[in-house]
Amino acid sequence: MDDESHTHPLIRVQDLKVRYGHREVVHGISFDVQKNEIFAIIGPAQSGKSSILKCLNRTLEFIADAKMSGSVEVDGVDVKKVHSVYELRRKIGMVAPLPVGLPLSIFDNVAFAPRASGLHDKHELDALVQRCLEQAALWDEVKDRLNSLGTKLSGGQQQRLTIARALSHQPSILCLDEFSIAIDPVTTMRIEDVLKELKAELTVVLVTNLVQQARRLADRTMFVWNGEVVELDSTDAIFSEQPQSRKTYDYVHGIFG
Amino acid sequence: MFTETQFGKSRRRAELLAKCVLGMMVASMIIPLFLIIGYLVKEAWPLLSLDFLFTNPTGGMRHGGIWSALLGTLYLVTLSLLIAAPIGVLAAVYLNEYARDSWFTRIINLAVVNLAGVPSIVHALFGLGAFVLFAGIGRSILAASLTLAIMTLPVIIASTKEALSAVPISFREACWNVGASRWQTIRGIVLPNSISGILTGVILQVSRAAGETAPIMFTGAVFFKKIEAGNIFAYSIWDQCMALSMHLFTITTQVTDAPRALPFATAVVLLGTVLMVNALSIGLRVYLRSRKKW
Repeated sequence: MDDESHTHPLIRVQDLKVRYGHREVVHGISFDVQKNEIFAIIGPAQSGKSSILKCLNRTLEFIADAKMSGSVEVDGVDVKKVHSVYELRRKIGMVAPLPVGLPLSIFDNVAFAPRASGLHDKHELDALVQRCLEQAALWDEVKDRLNSLGTKLSGGQQQRLTIARALSHQPSILCLDEFSIAIDPVTTMRIEDVLKELKAELTVVLVTNLVQQARRLADRTMFVWNGEVVELDSTDAIFSEQPQSRKTYDYVHGIFG
Repeated sequence: MFTETQFGKSRRRAELLAKCVLGMMVASMIIPLFLIIGYLVKEAWPLLSLDFLFTNPTGGMRHGGIWSALLGTLYLVTLSLLIAAPIGVLAAVYLNEYARDSWFTRIINLAVVNLAGVPSIVHALFGLGAFVLFAGIGRSILAASLTLAIMTLPVIIASTKEALSAVPISFREACWNVGASRWQTIRGIVLPNSISGILTGVILQVSRAAGETAPIMFTGAVFFKKIEAGNIFAYSIWDQCMALSMHLFTITTQVTDAPRALPFATAVVLLGTVLMVNALSIGLRVYLRSRKKW
């Protein structure tokens, strides 16, 4: 297992194309994500960033007229050929742009995924829920009211609840899709700190249109523009005075976009 | 400071006008309703008693109560509900949660909407042909209930789909993202949060089934049938039965010298049954909404 992960990058995407009906939004993107790195995907809205994430855990299938081509490998296995798509999705934690508290109690929100895969032992669930909420930096605020509704939490708390839920199925990859657009800067900074800690155990794919967030967190950054990769390099290189592409320089320095 | 402009004046006038017109529309709907109910109850008053409910009609339906018709209606409505509700709700779950958007599902959805608009007499003829004659069930409570079920199914499907699609798609995505299957998502999140809307739609169809005459006329309802008064198991589903709506039709058009209060009393009982079902639906909706969690 360990040997395998040294020979393969954790995620390998090759010539990925995504189309919705007749409109192609991702035009052949290739990239690798290594184990235990924070990999940022930056680019303006509508450039295909979220579609890429949906291909990783195959939730693109739920969109009626969406089609993907090319290959996506997670941990050396083509996602189209996995035995159980549910196990694939459990390997990848997904955090959506807008916080989604399920209409359940805080405890049930986090326990939903473990229960869905058959874990019903009370003690194990208790321990797991506490660990996930701690990892998401939410435990101290909600430990006395785990039975109140997740949907009644504030936006920032709900986003951390979403992260706790994404961690509850013990993924090895955590994907965040513009997690900070609906929350305040203080909460954003708290979550960024959480991500830096999680990096020791997890691989993080961070989709963001806040370029400074990518600069603060990412080891490597990929700049996507209109469904194509403009530049993929170490974050330092992307944000240096001389990235390979003039477009990258203009974008990260706020000259356009 | 803050003086009213010409535009402000006309806006205030439009506001007043809109309020009056809209209010009058509400009044024109409410006032006749109360007049009808009041008139019915006033005319029916001499006959209304518990005895009226629990005794059979006698003397060529000129005397006695309406027990056999009341029980017949309860049988028809309950049986048709037992048939239509599970099929309709589960079909709607499939159409809304599983079916891919293709020309085929679009045709099905179109068919459902159109079936909901088919006149009940057409359903009656279909029931006569399909259940009574072709399937060989004969004129019976079962055949009439099946016909009522066919009539209410499309509306149950449509209202259930409406209730399901009111659950935000983001809830489903969140469940799929953590590796839950479609069915786990439906059972855990979608159904608990749409059940109040689903039940409202189903129960409203119950009250519609209670009031319809045409579908049961050809398929299982009769002018007169003698059953044991006060025994709720007096009918079997293979029997023909009396029904309130049919009974009302009979005593107003066929029995010429019935006492004046009799049709009114029958109408009040029918109306009361329907209103009670509707009240139940409203109560259930209020209760389930209070438990709604977002």
